[in-house]
Amino acid sequence: MSVVDRPITAPVHSEVDSYPEHHFLNHSKGFLSWALTLDHKRIGLMYLVGVMSSFALGGAFALMIRIHLWNFKDGWLSNQTYNQVFTLHGAIMVFLFIIPSVPAALGNFLLPVMLGTKDVAFPRLNLSSFYLWVTGLILFLTALSVTGLDTGWTFYTPYSIETQQGGAVLAATFGVFVLGFSSIFTGLNFIVTINTMRPPGMTWFRMPLFLWAIYATSIIQVLATPVLGITVLLLSAERLLGIGIFDPKLNGDPVTFQHFFWFYSHPAVYIMILPAMGIISELMSVHCHKGIFGYRMIAYSSIAIALFGFLVWGHHMFTSGMADVTTIVFSALTFTVSIPSAIKVFNWLGTMYQGTVSLNTPMLYALAFIFLFTIGGLTGLPLGALSTDMHFHDTYFVVAHFHYVMMGGTLVAFLGGVFHWWPKMTGRMFNDKLGIVSAIIVFVGFNLTFLPQFVLGSRGMPRRYATYLPEFQPLHQLSTIGSITLGSGLLLALIVLLMSLVNGKKAPRNPWGGATLEWMCSSPPPHDNFSSAPTVGDPYDFSNIEYDGRVGGYVKRT
Amino acid sequence: MAQTTTSEHNHDAHAGHGHHEHGFSHPMPIWMLLSVFFALLFLTGLTVFQAQFDLGNAEIWASLTIATIKAALVILFFMHLLWDKPLNAIVILGSLIFVALFLGFTLMDAEGYRENLIYNSTIEASQPVVVPVDPITGAAVPAVAAP
Amino acid sequence: MTAIQENLAHVVDDHADHHHEHPSWLAHHFDDAEQQYDSGKLGMWLFLVTEVLFFSGMFCAYALYRNRNPEVFEFCSSFLNEKLGAINTGVLLFSSLTMAWAVRAAQLRQHQLLVGMLGATLGCAAIFLGVKAVEYSHKMEIGLLPGKLYVAQLDGAHGPHKGYLEFICTVPAIVTALCAFYAIYAFATKSLFHQRVAGPMLVAGLCFFGGVGLGQYLEAQEEASKGHGGHAAGHEHHAMVDGHVDHGSHEHAAAPESVHAAETKTAAEIAASAATAMGGTPNVYVSPTELKTPNADVNQRSMAGLFFSIYYCMTGVHAIHIIGGMIVITWLIVKAAREEFHEQYFGPVDNVGLYWHLVDFIWIYLFPLLYLIT
Repeated sequence: MSVVDRPITAPVHSEVDSYPEHHFLNHSKGFLSWALTLDHKRIGLMYLVGVMSSFALGGAFALMIRIHLWNFKDGWLSNQTYNQVFTLHGAIMVFLFIIPSVPAALGNFLLPVMLGTKDVAFPRLNLSSFYLWVTGLILFLTALSVTGLDTGWTFYTPYSIETQQGGAVLAATFGVFVLGFSSIFTGLNFIVTINTMRPPGMTWFRMPLFLWAIYATSIIQVLATPVLGITVLLLSAERLLGIGIFDPKLNGDPVTFQHFFWFYSHPAVYIMILPAMGIISELMSVHCHKGIFGYRMIAYSSIAIALFGFLVWGHHMFTSGMADVTTIVFSALTFTVSIPSAIKVFNWLGTMYQGTVSLNTPMLYALAFIFLFTIGGLTGLPLGALSTDMHFHDTYFVVAHFHYVMMGGTLVAFLGGVFHWWPKMTGRMFNDKLGIVSAIIVFVGFNLTFLPQFVLGSRGMPRRYATYLPEFQPLHQLSTIGSITLGSGLLLALIVLLMSLVNGKKAPRNPWGGATLEWMCSSPPPHDNFSSAPTVGDPYDFSNIEYDGRVGGYVKRT
Repeated sequence: MAQTTTSEHNHDAHAGHGHHEHGFSHPMPIWMLLSVFFALLFLTGLTVFQAQFDLGNAEIWASLTIATIKAALVILFFMHLLWDKPLNAIVILGSLIFVALFLGFTLMDAEGYRENLIYNSTIEASQPVVVPVDPITGAAVPAVAAP
Repeated sequence: MTAIQENLAHVVDDHADHHHEHPSWLAHHFDDAEQQYDSGKLGMWLFLVTEVLFFSGMFCAYALYRNRNPEVFEFCSSFLNEKLGAINTGVLLFSSLTMAWAVRAAQLRQHQLLVGMLGATLGCAAIFLGVKAVEYSHKMEIGLLPGKLYVAQLDGAHGPHKGYLEFICTVPAIVTALCAFYAIYAFATKSLFHQRVAGPMLVAGLCFFGGVGLGQYLEAQEEASKGHGGHAAGHEHHAMVDGHVDHGSHEHAAAPESVHAAETKTAAEIAASAATAMGGTPNVYVSPTELKTPNADVNQRSMAGLFFSIYYCMTGVHAIHIIGGMIVITWLIVKAAREEFHEQYFGPVDNVGLYWHLVDFIWIYLFPLLYLIT
């Protein structure tokens, strides 16, 4: 471990920017050179394609739900199909999309480059982690096609023990088990890489905040995911052998299942949101061309969220039959976790203050994130408070809340990150104007979809119901219109990205004016990331980064 | 083969002079390995021995204490955590904190709602499966009732 | 022979000038051997963290249900043969010793000793599994199965010998046979490398059956000692049986011993002694008054069945870890037979060692928690 602080020296890379002839994309050719690659960048790209496909699948289910709910009764799906559709929407989005989205796709690509190393510590483990993800996907598709899973993504017992869709429950729980290990291996790899492989000069406090966020995420992945593993393993044993640990018929305790499940799944919420916060920290400072405000506080708050996240899982179970004293303790602890999140939002706003804000596509997504995440976070408070949660529990209020955090937060930040690093990953610039249009449509469509759901929920519309009272119909229809708008915005974003591969301009080394290490290597990066050891400086020092019209991007003044 | 033996011999001699030249490898002395092993065997015997006495509630704590001493011996010596980087010790001990958190909250809660549990205590031998019954309505209910 | 010499020369060579270029054992993305070693080691400790949390779920279930129904755990624990448990503990501790010794051997380039120590570890693992196979099969024979499969001991009737032990032993038998073929091949070709690999593998395969034999012998002995009332638990069981003779619904609880003895004999022809701790005292029934418990009947699926669920889950997942450990130790033996390890590169041995000690660590807790409840 070399953490020797080295004085900042002149940049190694030449000022003349040109599209590199040799880079990781054309380093080797053929299907096997991708399928068996140990290069973290290729694995990251494969993950990117994978998670985006899963997102498309989960999104299709979401639209099916919204269209079904257009009328208060007699929707186009049968009740049983409706149950399966919302279950698969949830399970696919959570396990196949959000959890691996930022860490596994963007994190894999960026972590070693931002850190200044050649690769992650265990490249083979990294590849196997990807294939575990693929296995999980196959198992989920099996659950989907064979019978259809109808337990909700939470697999609560005793229903998951008794449902007729036993094959689907087994396939899905094995899928979750495998995906859990995929997630663990990714997190383990990242922790080791950051701990032991930082090059000279890369001290802890010279790491970009994205890496702090990924590090905090990895801690949760390593600590929480194994508990999910044993939970779904016991649930499979419950289905296969009837072991009874969670089965009330055999004096098992279903509340314990919920404890097991949420010991993972609440921290998993932070697996989903923390890396998104890391992306926003990067986007804010780069597109405001101003050093991040309160670097250390953001870094510490990432770790604090990761640790506090383990203390609050009980707030998912207030109405499950928990003991009164436990509900009170969990309710009180829940509020602690809002503090570090608020620190982050405050610091992002502080970064924007007096910055030179470039209103381009990534920045618009970042701004949308701050708006949506703040709403999501604040609506979490009444859900964490014991008294109000008794009313809101299992209503559309909860649905709207976590969609604001998970989708308005993580997905929007993920898109912002994809747009931000797209030139680095592919070497192509996208059409910024169309990108801005997509960001606006997504923002409008998102609010149109989920704001009405807060109202619905507070008026008592329960979640997961295939039919509802007629007086809810206008709000439901508004939500459905919003979801279609949202879907078209996301489709446009995808088209913008794909179009850039066809006719996009060649990207300069540093199109946005970032100061972190990934902008110091060519776009796309060479096979080994850095031809010579990179010079590590302050990742948020923009004072000597200038726009150069000759290369169409930013260069570092020497 | 001869070459192999020479090489082994050389390195044994080398090790005898001190491990510093090996850099990060610190071979454990054999006497230490053996004494840890015999200590572990002794403690296993002790725990079997103490299990013969009825200590009531103290029994589980006695056996857990012995098990923890054994576990500590394994971790400190066999896993040479005693000579390892502090980070690794923090990592494994930190995990125990989270285990304590997990078990602590879950068991605290389970103890708390225990009074709300409904067991059917009148079970017939011919029908060994318990179906919890609501005492008022007589209908089958889950074992745990909401407060 | 030549291969090993070449390999050795290669290693020594690398050692001499490893400052100039990456030797074969150093992955390209690491700067030096120490960084590689530290990374691997931290990675392994983190993996152990995940293992600890993985098992913690089952320990949580254990604590929960034991706290709720202590009498069930007390009742069921008396079905576990603590002698076998203690022997298995000793075997695992010994395997930990050999594993720690193997790390030392790798660091000191004692290649022969390294193969020997790894082989000993592998053999101990096999003995452990053999004993475990006996324990499992005997419990299954008498219906001590998890959860809803649990067959209550109320009527004392256990069906004919079902051959669980033979079933469990099928795979190890095939593996051992393959190892034997491999060993024959190794000795026929006079390849030192193959002999070094095949030897420990064959021994381990045979050790499994040694473990089975040991387990059978001790189970039979336990039964005999219970028959003579020589064992504390035996006393207890007899007391229970005696105290229960008057129970209405279980007249054949006092069934003639001879019937059971006959059953035992037929079973013995197939597996050395299918008679079990329960075989001798098949009519164990604990009457509620004797245990002074609030729950009338512990001997049913929702009570004892739950204990055996936890028992099978914990020991089963532990056994799966043992099997996983055996696979990686075999991989180490292959590498050790090629003489790949030296003081700059012993990370794999060290890390597998850490994993193996953790498996031992878990067992150190499982043994008193499951076997020694009084």
